Amino acid sequence: MDSQTVAARHQDEIAHHEGEHPYYLRHHFETVEQQKEAVSFGMWLFLLTEIMFFGGLFMAYLLYRNWYYDAFVSASNTLGIGLGTTNTAVLIVSSFTMAMGVYCSEMRNRRGLMLSLAATILLGLVFLGIKTIEYHDKYTEHHIPGANFSIEDFVHPADKRDTALAPDMAQHAQIFFFLYFAMTGMHALHMVIGISILFGLLYQASKGAYTNGHTSIIDNFGLYWHFVDIVWIFLFPLLYLISRHPLH
Amino acid sequence: MHFFSPVLWQFLVKWLTEFALFPPEASAIAPYMDAFYFFLLLISLVGLVLVGLMVAGFSIMFRKEKNPQATHIEGSTLLEATWTIIPLALFMVCFVWGALLYFRIYNPPTNAMNIYIVGKQWMWKAEHPGGQHEINALHIPVDRDVQLTMISQDVFHSFSIPAFRVKREVIPGRYSTVWFRATQPGTYHLFCTQYCGTLHSAMIGEIVAMSPDDYRKWTVGSTSGQSLAQNGERLYASLGCNSCHSGTAGARGPNLAGIYGSKVTLEGGRTVTADDEFLRGSILNPTTHAMAGYAPIMPTYQGQVSEEGLIDLVEYIKGLDTNDRVHQTLNDSNFSPSQAGATGAAPNYRSRQLTGADQMPDAKPDTSTSKGMGPSPQ
Amino acid sequence: MSTIVRLPNQQDATLPKRSYLNSEYGLKSWLLTGDHKRIAILYLISITFFFFLGGAFAGLIRLELLTPMPDLVASDTYNKLFTMHGIIMVFLFLVPSVPATIGNFVLPIMVGARDLAFPKVNLLSWYLYIVAGIFTVSALVLGGVDTGWTFTTPLSTHYLNTHVITAAMGVFIAGFSSIFTGLNFIVTTHRMRAPGMTWFRLPLFVWSHYAASLLMVLGTPVLAITLVLVALERAFGIGVFDPTKGGDPLLFQHLFWFYSHPAVYIMILPGMGVISEVISTFSRKRVFGYTAVAFSSVAIAVFGFFVWAHHMFIMGVSNYSALVFSLLTMLVAVPSAIKIFNWAATLYKGSITFETPMLYAFGFMGLFTIGGLTGVFLGSLGMDIHLTETYFIVAHFHFVMVGGMLMAYLAGVHFWWPKMTGRMYPESLSRLAAVTTFIGFILTFFPQFVLGYLGMPRRYHAYPPEFQVLNVLSTAGATVLGIGYLMPMIYMTWSLKYGAIAGSNPWQATGLEWQIQSPPPTENFKEIPVVDYEAYDYEWLANKTQHEVTTVG
Repeated sequence: MDSQTVAARHQDEIAHHEGEHPYYLRHHFETVEQQKEAVSFGMWLFLLTEIMFFGGLFMAYLLYRNWYYDAFVSASNTLGIGLGTTNTAVLIVSSFTMAMGVYCSEMRNRRGLMLSLAATILLGLVFLGIKTIEYHDKYTEHHIPGANFSIEDFVHPADKRDTALAPDMAQHAQIFFFLYFAMTGMHALHMVIGISILFGLLYQASKGAYTNGHTSIIDNFGLYWHFVDIVWIFLFPLLYLISRHPLH
Repeated sequence: MHFFSPVLWQFLVKWLTEFALFPPEASAIAPYMDAFYFFLLLISLVGLVLVGLMVAGFSIMFRKEKNPQATHIEGSTLLEATWTIIPLALFMVCFVWGALLYFRIYNPPTNAMNIYIVGKQWMWKAEHPGGQHEINALHIPVDRDVQLTMISQDVFHSFSIPAFRVKREVIPGRYSTVWFRATQPGTYHLFCTQYCGTLHSAMIGEIVAMSPDDYRKWTVGSTSGQSLAQNGERLYASLGCNSCHSGTAGARGPNLAGIYGSKVTLEGGRTVTADDEFLRGSILNPTTHAMAGYAPIMPTYQGQVSEEGLIDLVEYIKGLDTNDRVHQTLNDSNFSPSQAGATGAAPNYRSRQLTGADQMPDAKPDTSTSKGMGPSPQ
Repeated sequence: MSTIVRLPNQQDATLPKRSYLNSEYGLKSWLLTGDHKRIAILYLISITFFFFLGGAFAGLIRLELLTPMPDLVASDTYNKLFTMHGIIMVFLFLVPSVPATIGNFVLPIMVGARDLAFPKVNLLSWYLYIVAGIFTVSALVLGGVDTGWTFTTPLSTHYLNTHVITAAMGVFIAGFSSIFTGLNFIVTTHRMRAPGMTWFRLPLFVWSHYAASLLMVLGTPVLAITLVLVALERAFGIGVFDPTKGGDPLLFQHLFWFYSHPAVYIMILPGMGVISEVISTFSRKRVFGYTAVAFSSVAIAVFGFFVWAHHMFIMGVSNYSALVFSLLTMLVAVPSAIKIFNWAATLYKGSITFETPMLYAFGFMGLFTIGGLTGVFLGSLGMDIHLTETYFIVAHFHFVMVGGMLMAYLAGVHFWWPKMTGRMYPESLSRLAAVTTFIGFILTFFPQFVLGYLGMPRRYHAYPPEFQVLNVLSTAGATVLGIGYLMPMIYMTWSLKYGAIAGSNPWQATGLEWQIQSPPPTENFKEIPVVDYEAYDYEWLANKTQHEVTTVG
């Protein structure tokens, strides 16, 4: 390292100590404002790519629901509406706790932030737990497409009030379940990534990293978490709610 | 030169005399395709020459030695407009011309002679309605509109006859069609042009266009004895179709006589035309093709009938005008639906019309009693 | 022949004492760098490796096609060769070539920033690229994949037992590398321009990269999910794309081409950006119709999203939807034509010299024009029936991608080489390579247009004997082309040690990157410049240089 670099670094340290710019300002940005705006813009763009990513699955769902309407209706009715609604509520509350976290970060409330993040993690884990139960139910009911799948429930429905499907249409229920697992699975993967990041954020928050004016990380993670929530808000009606038989 | 190397000389001679630069024009549409091609070549040449002249011309005229000081020119809206509108106009001409050609090639005329093509890895099977079966070859008469109804048994293939300038993807799961009218007798290349696995380049064959007389002779000489419709009739009975689709009042299934080409109303109110695709689809996915007024109880035959069998059935139903023969098969047989469905074996019945009481569907047909069956339905 | 190159006095010229190359030493400083310039060099090396790998496969393909019989390799091997050639060239070479090497290096400097908006994400992009490369090479080493680069279902899902999932995952990961690069470029262009650098003062290179980045960010995720579906279908035997299980193989086609058509614009737009810079510099003139060229780039990006089904005209889409897509295809052809005319008009009343980058640019103009016009052939519905799936398509896309994009890439590498390394490459040798490439290219790919009209199908291992002469011509051309591409490898490497010292602005170009030393310092600018002049302002440059001379004296 030559003398010029040493000099430049020394200048930096002085600037830091004198509070000329906060420690979290990266050197390729001129101002904190610029950094905040850039990071926020980047996160919105990333969420746009995620919309396009899920979009392919929604496209496939649209097509096959149109083609195999009856199978989709019957298959959708085998999903537990109670568990699904609970999950929706859990996620909405977790979005609330996340928003509280953002508020706490801006208010420089370290304990509040930690509590909010922890609550979000907890709710996220509850969501994943309920999802696991649902997946397990599908396994025991032989609704997993592929080797495990059985058309019995659709050709001879247990509840006499459900419409029986012809065998060829019943086979198409597999496509519904494939899309169900693919879409909720992809969503769950995003939840797992989000929760993992939350653990990291919780740790950093405990050290006061986000309650000293540096709010943009919590802000932008909040955006991500809300996006994951919104994806579920679309998935839930499409997979669970539309064409639901009246509760009996 | 040939003392240099006999092998090399032979090579050169062969190359110079045997290579092709342009495909033969062997169909009615080929000259139109070629005319369009030459138009496109012409405008491309003009465009290329224009750009070439500009680039070469300007770089010579304004090279540094000749023009040491560049002149700043911001732009010219007029020029921008010109070189936007003129290319756009030319491209629109191409669009219209191309669209007309496309609609011509993919809308078969109504009285075209229909031949079925089944593509599979890695061969082409052609099925003439009169019962002629070909592998990797297709014999057709010249000066006759020929329509190909094609389907794949496995992956995407593509049926291409460069000499006729036609090509169509051959898709698994549904029929695709193309038509042509050969004008020159001769033998032409048939290629599969959609990559389909290991022997994609071996999935080639010959299109043999013959004069009408020669074609007639060929059909007589190569028939298997059973037309497609006749095979279809046997399948129809042995699979038990006749028990529900008997055409009697109160029958469980809709009457199929005369259904081909007519408009049918589906469960749910939609009206569709009962074409080849509809007939095939009804056999494989009856629930999605359920007709209004009938309970959706038809079982699916997915996995029980091959594509060839489906073609036979479709061809049979296409030509079905009355249900007389259907009734006859029902009347003088001790046949019940459960037999065919359960075992898949042909029922044991005596029939004056059908050949062989114990023939399995799709079995090699017995050619002995093909007389007196009437002309194959067209 | 005269030249505009102005080098410092070679007797006492040296490389700058401190630059991004020597600011830190050690492998870790390179592998954990956040410096966009170092990441660009990392990309340069890896992309070159994959280019030669893909090129080797091309060589084997052409060697096999010397004879009509399938006699050099087995059919399965041949299918693997063209598949790997396609996957490597498209996803590991063409898509990242200009953006990840040249774009990464100069874009931040061009806008007047110290780095891209997200340096760590930039490094992540490179690592994702490397992992994608590892997956692809693994697929190769494990036995290869033979789906074709288009992964057509149901062939790829149910009828092959090669390493489809590995290759698909490689492409998936490469897609995310591309998405993050695009994301970085968009945020940088929006948020990190220097004071006074308005949108319309940006070099056209930035505009092209911005447009390409829009496509990268919006289109690539669709490819990603499509490949996930293919992998899942393969792994679990589901029938999303399999008609025997109720699926629709055409759904795959729509999803795949929804990305893969914009992908070709992702590939060409950055190259077009290079051409703008090169033509301007070597004519000493602002690009004619700057605004038109800038908007054309964006127009190509926008229209490019609406034409995907022109890859499916004969596949059973309805005649009416084919009509719509053909019309839109004609529309997307227009902005490219506008650009070609604007570049040609830039030459008018310019002061033109013929350094190597300019030779490549001229090659681009001619070859891309041919390639683009043949696209009109293919976008015309009726003509497409005869030409699709034949060598005409192969010739078309090689003209635009190799004759167009690869030439633009080489133009860019030569143009910014002095900036990246501080050294000049040997000019006469490079001109020879450029001309060799041009001749070799035409000989290789022009006969393929003829073969296409004759009806020779693509991806064919064997062919009817009457097609042999044209195939032999094509292979002969490929040999020449290969030599043309090997030459830069050799002399560029040579120039690293023995090339003339370039100085900060050997081409006397405008653009912020030429106002700083070569190679640039890590932080790019001592002070962020304040921009008060338009792009390609050669008068401003002349004043500045004069000013420097008078003050130094």
